[in-house]
Amino acid sequence: MSTDSPAGTSAMKPARRAAPGGRRGLLLRLGGLAVLLVIAVIFPLVITNALYTQFGVDTLIFVAAVAAWNLFSGFSGYISLGHAVFFGTGAYTVGLLTEHWKVMGGTIFALLPLGGLVAALVAVPFGLIALRVRRHTFVVITIAIFFIFQLMAFNFAFTGGNQGLSTPFFLWTAASYNNPFYYVGLILAVGTIVLAWLIRNSQFGLQLLAIRDDEDRARGLGVRAMRVKLTAFVISGFITGMVGGLWWFFIGQALPETAFDPTFDLSVALMAFLGGFGTLSGPVLGALILEPLQQWDAITFTNGYVAEILLGAIFLVVILFLPRGIIPTGKELLTRWQAIRARRREPVPAGAPPGTGTAVPAAPKTGSVR
Amino acid sequence: MGRELTEAIVDGILGGGVYALMAVGLTLIFGVLDIINIAQGILVVLGAYLSYVLSVHLHLDLFVGLLVTVPAMFLVGVAIQWAFIRPLRGRERTSMSLLATYAVAIIIEGVLYLIFGSNYVNLNASYVTSGPKVFGFYLDYIYIYGFALAVLLVAAIYFVLYRTQFGRTIRATMQDQTAARIVGINVNRVQMLTFGIGVAVTAVGGMVFGATGGGFNPNTGYDLISRLLAIIILGGMGSIVGAMLAAIFMITLEAVVDVLWSPSWSVVVFYAVLVLVLAIRPQGVLGRKEARAQ
Repeated sequence: MSTDSPAGTSAMKPARRAAPGGRRGLLLRLGGLAVLLVIAVIFPLVITNALYTQFGVDTLIFVAAVAAWNLFSGFSGYISLGHAVFFGTGAYTVGLLTEHWKVMGGTIFALLPLGGLVAALVAVPFGLIALRVRRHTFVVITIAIFFIFQLMAFNFAFTGGNQGLSTPFFLWTAASYNNPFYYVGLILAVGTIVLAWLIRNSQFGLQLLAIRDDEDRARGLGVRAMRVKLTAFVISGFITGMVGGLWWFFIGQALPETAFDPTFDLSVALMAFLGGFGTLSGPVLGALILEPLQQWDAITFTNGYVAEILLGAIFLVVILFLPRGIIPTGKELLTRWQAIRARRREPVPAGAPPGTGTAVPAAPKTGSVR
Repeated sequence: MGRELTEAIVDGILGGGVYALMAVGLTLIFGVLDIINIAQGILVVLGAYLSYVLSVHLHLDLFVGLLVTVPAMFLVGVAIQWAFIRPLRGRERTSMSLLATYAVAIIIEGVLYLIFGSNYVNLNASYVTSGPKVFGFYLDYIYIYGFALAVLLVAAIYFVLYRTQFGRTIRATMQDQTAARIVGINVNRVQMLTFGIGVAVTAVGGMVFGATGGGFNPNTGYDLISRLLAIIILGGMGSIVGAMLAAIFMITLEAVVDVLWSPSWSVVVFYAVLVLVLAIRPQGVLGRKEARAQ
């Protein structure tokens, strides 16, 4: 049954443990990550064009959001299309607190954990209701709860209704205006990725993956499914809330339809699927590709409707041609290529049929499973 | 107040009948293909725009126009299923289908915006603005005709499902795809036709909605799909009777809250009821408990 699991327990784990080259492979990997991190850190110092640093902040916001989404949905298999609830809750919480306490300057970022906390508090009853059902029904309930929140933001007086909440003026220089947001976003993104890695390699993470593979069996083996799912949901909600708060500071205004935005949920899910649902690096890669693309799309096609059609077309192309995501597909191609290479080195057995072309693709199929 | 309340209840029941038709299409697609068609909402709007074009430019009567729009929407459905649903395979098929139909929805939405703009339009005919006086208020004929047509079509779908050979193959596919294949049912064909039928009803739903719903534009699709999803979940996914009852109940409830409390909160109540019911009965009112995944 695990032949088509994109990167679940069976496909990802052994690849990680038995990485080719062992220690050297690990060092290479760490070195690569360090280089990426250095590039990310110096990016706004080298490229000072505000347009590009703005792209950078947007992308980091989505990297963090997708990593947080994947930490719950990717690992547990429960597709949430209601994470905008946490995003918006975080944004509105931070917004109301900034207004109420008159916070200014760099200290505003200290409010982000509070935004996350309120989002996490929302996640508890949300999860207790929604996580009782599975598959489609779960997806639809997350959508329904999402709409309740969006409508509340429209209807309550304290949320500012249609007008939403605007940020006060932040007093830092215009030239490097984006930089504080960029670095806070980077911290959030890297922190979330590290957290996801820790979870992936913990017992808790294994329990989540077990739930994803077969919840009833996991339950039978002693996994307290509800508790595990809910914990992951709340953690994911906490981070998404912080990301929402950062987004509000950066964008400057939260409207009910932009803070609680249905396309946020779908973009996040699509980014995760593009890179590789449930893998560690896949969703990050998906966000790094899709968010700049969306921004470019929105800027290039000033006619918003054309941009929208193009976005839908990109979605469809991804779903139809890369259904399992870049990372799992890439890994499979790599394994296949290695198998072909290994086969070439060995002499062909005397009794082999002449049409070896049929034998070659068959072998790596079984090889990549276990 | 009493008169307004009666009016709300009557409007709710009649309007609910139309929602029932759209929801039956959605739940049928779910039952047979095991996917949720997020595009159902925008397809209703597309159906409404088709009726609009026929009535404004070709001066066809709205109900006569259905003879064109229903087959057209059937073909649209078959095409969507063939191009974007059938290729999906594997374990994440469910989630991929959600994303794929959503992508279809935003493409259709964008195209509709390009052609028709964002202005609200209404379908018009003599019977849209006139009608008999019942219980002390005027009830436009379109509500009555639309409701009658919806009831007729739901009954027809019911008849096809439970009294014909084709319906039997659909029900077999709903129950167990593998077993259906084994007994010689062409599951691919059944899925394609079911998707077509499920989308074809949006032509009727769209026409009646466009004439009664107080105007529509391409953005209306979101409103519709979120309501329809709530309805089929409440009724129990895949349950046709459940979808019908839930549609009438929910739309009536919304209309009543509209009158008794405020229009801006009625939609919240709508979703809150859904969440409450599911907290008590996760599989929906008439749904079966989900079987263990294979």
